[in-house]
Amino acid sequence: MVLRTRRLIGKIREINERYSTPHIEMSLGVKISLMALRIYLLLLVSLIVYKFVLILS
Amino acid sequence: MNLFSKLYYRSRKYWKAIQLYLVIAGPGLVVMVADNDAGGITTYAATGAKYGYNLIWFLLILIPVAYYVQEMTVRLGAVTKRGHAEAIFDGFGAFWGWFSLIDLMIVDWLTLVTEFIGMTAALLIFGVPAWLTVVGVVALMGAIVLHGRYWTWEKIALLFCALNLIYIPGAFMVHPSVRDILRNGLVPNFPGGFNGELFFFLMANIGTTIAPWMLFFQQSAVVDKGMLEKDIPWGKFDTLFGSIVTVVVAVFIVVVTGTVLMGVDIDSASQAAERLIGVNHYVGTFMAIGLFDAGLLGAICISLASSWAFGEIFGWAHSLNRKIKEAPWFYAFYFFTLITAGLVVLIPGAPLVLITLFVQVVAVTLLPAALVFLILLLNDRKRMGEYCNSPTENVIGGIIVVSIVTLSTLYGVSVMFPRLFQ
Repeated sequence: MVLRTRRLIGKIREINERYSTPHIEMSLGVKISLMALRIYLLLLVSLIVYKFVLILS
Repeated sequence: MNLFSKLYYRSRKYWKAIQLYLVIAGPGLVVMVADNDAGGITTYAATGAKYGYNLIWFLLILIPVAYYVQEMTVRLGAVTKRGHAEAIFDGFGAFWGWFSLIDLMIVDWLTLVTEFIGMTAALLIFGVPAWLTVVGVVALMGAIVLHGRYWTWEKIALLFCALNLIYIPGAFMVHPSVRDILRNGLVPNFPGGFNGELFFFLMANIGTTIAPWMLFFQQSAVVDKGMLEKDIPWGKFDTLFGSIVTVVVAVFIVVVTGTVLMGVDIDSASQAAERLIGVNHYVGTFMAIGLFDAGLLGAICISLASSWAFGEIFGWAHSLNRKIKEAPWFYAFYFFTLITAGLVVLIPGAPLVLITLFVQVVAVTLLPAALVFLILLLNDRKRMGEYCNSPTENVIGGIIVVSIVTLSTLYGVSVMFPRLFQ
């Protein structure tokens, strides 16, 4: 079990290294799109967490 | 004589083209018809029961919407020979890659649960217990993939696609008024004015038309099928044909419930089938069979979408052309998601309604990201070369993506806060 977990962690590290550099050209449009996506997801996740807290309370 | 010989050669040319299409047909048609999954059938049945034929025009608008989004995955898959998950990892790095992959796994698994809910409810109408449906479906889906050939899997999936057309004879059997369909259905209108409830239905219909798993599935299927750049025109045609078929089926479902169940509040497609059986036994039976088929087709595609995506990233052999021995992790993941989703439905008192609602919310976190990445990847001239998006395609795609993101987000928010749009 421990060995398998270590192997999995090793594999994930390998994947992270393999894809550490984005290969798409980071033009201004791409940068803006990714930033907008980050903000969108942050807002949406906050909303989901808020709803979850409402359900719990 | 000259005319006859010309006609003969022309018909032979068309027949050859049809034969060629039948060989190449697959990913586009399957993904589009599978889009009419159990959740989709419920949405269309409820739309028809609530608004009659009045929103048929809106469904027709969804043909180009679905086509433009999905055809981009054909080009991306055929040119890069990579699935959507791998393309995101490679293009945008590990952070966005993991986000997409994990989100896809959650959304797919939850959607798979809803497919099992639909299938068990459909067969319960015929007295088949839920456990038997789950066991039967897992065995059937196992048998479909274990042949070790993508081609076999695809042709079996196409057979299930053909069964999806069962709603068409059903619609003719309820004798709808063609005049009313043409008058009310084809002229854009907002029945009862543009209010919150109508907006919710419009959003739900869009939400069922483009789902995140569809992008991942079609791109991976294009790669697994081995489609090349020269096959792109056929892939596009396949996608267009599929988007027309899926909307035509949706329209016929609306016609059935709009004719027979107008004014009835429909919560699920199985409820619609039960009510229809009370009115016309055959039409209700067709609805139940169609619901089961829709759930099965959805399950077939969704479980593969996740397995392909994980295989691409973890470097496992991940093709339907491989046998179990050659791709053990690919098949293990496939059966793991399938069996666990089926078991959830069998748990007494499992929060199935909550799961159904939760799917819509979680899907909203993945869909915008997947769509934005799709557009950006299609603009990567270095990789895509001549298959890069043209400015016109970017404008059309951009408008569609912004509209889908806005409406699906509002839909997700309205699921969380139902009073917001009332």
